[in-house]
Amino acid sequence: MSALLELREVHTYYGQIHALKGISLEVNQGEIVTLIGSNGAGKSTTLRTISGILHPRRGEVLLQGKPMTNIPPHKVVEAGIGHVPEGRGVFPRLTVLENLEMGAYLLRDKHEIARRMENVFTLFPRLRERVRQPGGTLSGGEQQMLAIGRALMQQPRIMLLDEPSMGLAPLLVEEIFNIIRRLNQEQGTTILLVEQNAQAALQVANRAYVLETGRISISGTADELLHDSRIIEAYLGL
Amino acid sequence: MNLPRTNALEAVLRPLGQLLLFVTGSSVAVSLVVIAAAYLLRGTRTDMDLVQITYVLLPQVLIDGITLGFVYATIALGYTMVYGVLEFINFAHGEIFMFGAFAGVEILIFMRLRGMLTDIGDITALAYVVLAVLTGMVVSGLLAVSVERVAYRPLRGSPRLIPLISAIGVSFFLQDTMRFLQSSINGDFYRSFPTFGPFTQRFTLFTVDLDGRALDVAIQYKAIIMIVVALMMLVGLNYLVNATKVGKAIRAVAQDQRTAGLMGINVNAIIAITFLVGGALGGAAGALFAFRFTRVDPFVGFLPGLKAFTAAVLGGIGNITGAMLGGIVLGLLESFAASYLSIFTRGAFGAEYKDIFAFAILIAILIFKPSGLLGQTVGQKA
Ligand SMILES: Nc1ncnc2c1ncn2[C@@H]1O[C@H](COP(=O)(O)OP(=O)(O)OP(=O)(O)O)[C@@H](O)[C@H]1O
Ligand SMILES: [Mg+2]
Repeated sequence: MSALLELREVHTYYGQIHALKGISLEVNQGEIVTLIGSNGAGKSTTLRTISGILHPRRGEVLLQGKPMTNIPPHKVVEAGIGHVPEGRGVFPRLTVLENLEMGAYLLRDKHEIARRMENVFTLFPRLRERVRQPGGTLSGGEQQMLAIGRALMQQPRIMLLDEPSMGLAPLLVEEIFNIIRRLNQEQGTTILLVEQNAQAALQVANRAYVLETGRISISGTADELLHDSRIIEAYLGL
Repeated sequence: MNLPRTNALEAVLRPLGQLLLFVTGSSVAVSLVVIAAAYLLRGTRTDMDLVQITYVLLPQVLIDGITLGFVYATIALGYTMVYGVLEFINFAHGEIFMFGAFAGVEILIFMRLRGMLTDIGDITALAYVVLAVLTGMVVSGLLAVSVERVAYRPLRGSPRLIPLISAIGVSFFLQDTMRFLQSSINGDFYRSFPTFGPFTQRFTLFTVDLDGRALDVAIQYKAIIMIVVALMMLVGLNYLVNATKVGKAIRAVAQDQRTAGLMGINVNAIIAITFLVGGALGGAAGALFAFRFTRVDPFVGFLPGLKAFTAAVLGGIGNITGAMLGGIVLGLLESFAASYLSIFTRGAFGAEYKDIFAFAILIAILIFKPSGLLGQTVGQKA
């Protein structure tokens, strides 16, 4: 059986800058896979290449064995890949409700939209209280919840999360990681998680890849990596 | 499940209320200024009573100004929508307006040739004006979409100046295309809106007594029709942008194009729709303009285009409510300048100087308040 998502020898450029130098990775149905690495390693570039914002110059992105290369982002979403971008991408002057509606943009069935929204509000009760508030006026943590909730409205087969804990207070970081675990266990969402917080990411994930300047340097199960001396030294800061 | 819904009624009533506020507010403000000026300058004139003349002219000047203001507002929305979504000024919008004006005129000329404009009832006549407006909307909307596809989309992502130059090129291209079409088909490059129906008849609002003479303050049916049609355009646009799914997608694209794509929104399609809607509004304004001023030529879009652009900047470019406010203010100022400038200056400055006002405002706004009266950009709920 092929992986749900697979990258094969992907090379991505920004003009002349060679940002991804042959990335290969797999995410299987039902897994949480994390991609860790320091600033500028190419984590966000990897996610952008998967979701069609960027197109690889060489290599392939496959969803259940089907090539996704060179199709625009809105088609990638249609195929079932949800992407919560770095910096959250909340529409600041749309209300919380309108932001969520945008998440369900491709869906026509009003009852289904309402059902999914109810699901989002169950996971994030704070959003329900703020439906009429413009997205830009939410706190950082609330914006992150909105961004994740909005991606959930798509009910994607795989969700790409780009540094969901960035800039959040420790308690909120914990809450976000709990949500990620719940999404995976209760709703069966497959997740590819990009994180700088390697400790927390490895604790929630099944498997992990380490990215260094555009190349995968280490990969394995989360457990293995948690006890790998190179990881401990470079990313767990012990 | 009781999820809050966007209230459709609110989406219609709100812009209506705003427009009412803008119209009354700016009418009162401009009127007070000229009345004050009249009292101040009264002593300088012995040949006429400046104050009395000012009062007598006022209602007609207001009606003309409001009519013009609604037309400018309708055009200005085209600039503002496109700017809101692409941060790009579509300088060819005046020519898209011009095509709408010609389209409205041509369909009626076509009908006149078939004798369809003679011996018709008032309702039919009104329906034909509406038909001219709709034709202008369709032609201009499709033209705007084509222009975007051919001349702007390939340049997306290049430095800001490049699409601007392209827009100016499109402007000349459209002018010359129309001139060529008209002169090769009709032998002359201007056309006139056919005369029919009761539109020049006047509806008397009230009568004032002027030294024993009765003076009617009247409004032409034409002006009423223009105001009603433009009002429907403005309210319709507000409804579209605020209360429909497409409108929300337009705002989402305006706020964050990349994330909009991640929502499954086809960004190129939404940009095309924005041009379609903006172009259609321009075309409606063009047909109304032809209805009002009768004669159209290939250069007829230049000045109204520039003035509507000024109106958009005045209100805050990218802001839909701002474009409506800016249009109304500009229309009123122009109408007041056209009537009072020469009276107050003893003919030293005639009505032909009215246009200076628009551009003086543009420069002043750019210097003192570049974000315009209402600031903000399109993503904003209007
Ligand atoms: N728009 C861009 N234009 C040019 N180079 C870019 C662009 N975006 C990213 N890069 C470069 O590509 C490389 C990878 O960037 P990327 O954003 O993927 O890193 P990252 O791993 O997500 O880092 P961080 O943890 O800081 O978010 C970096 O060297 C960066 O400078
Ligand atoms: Mg990043």
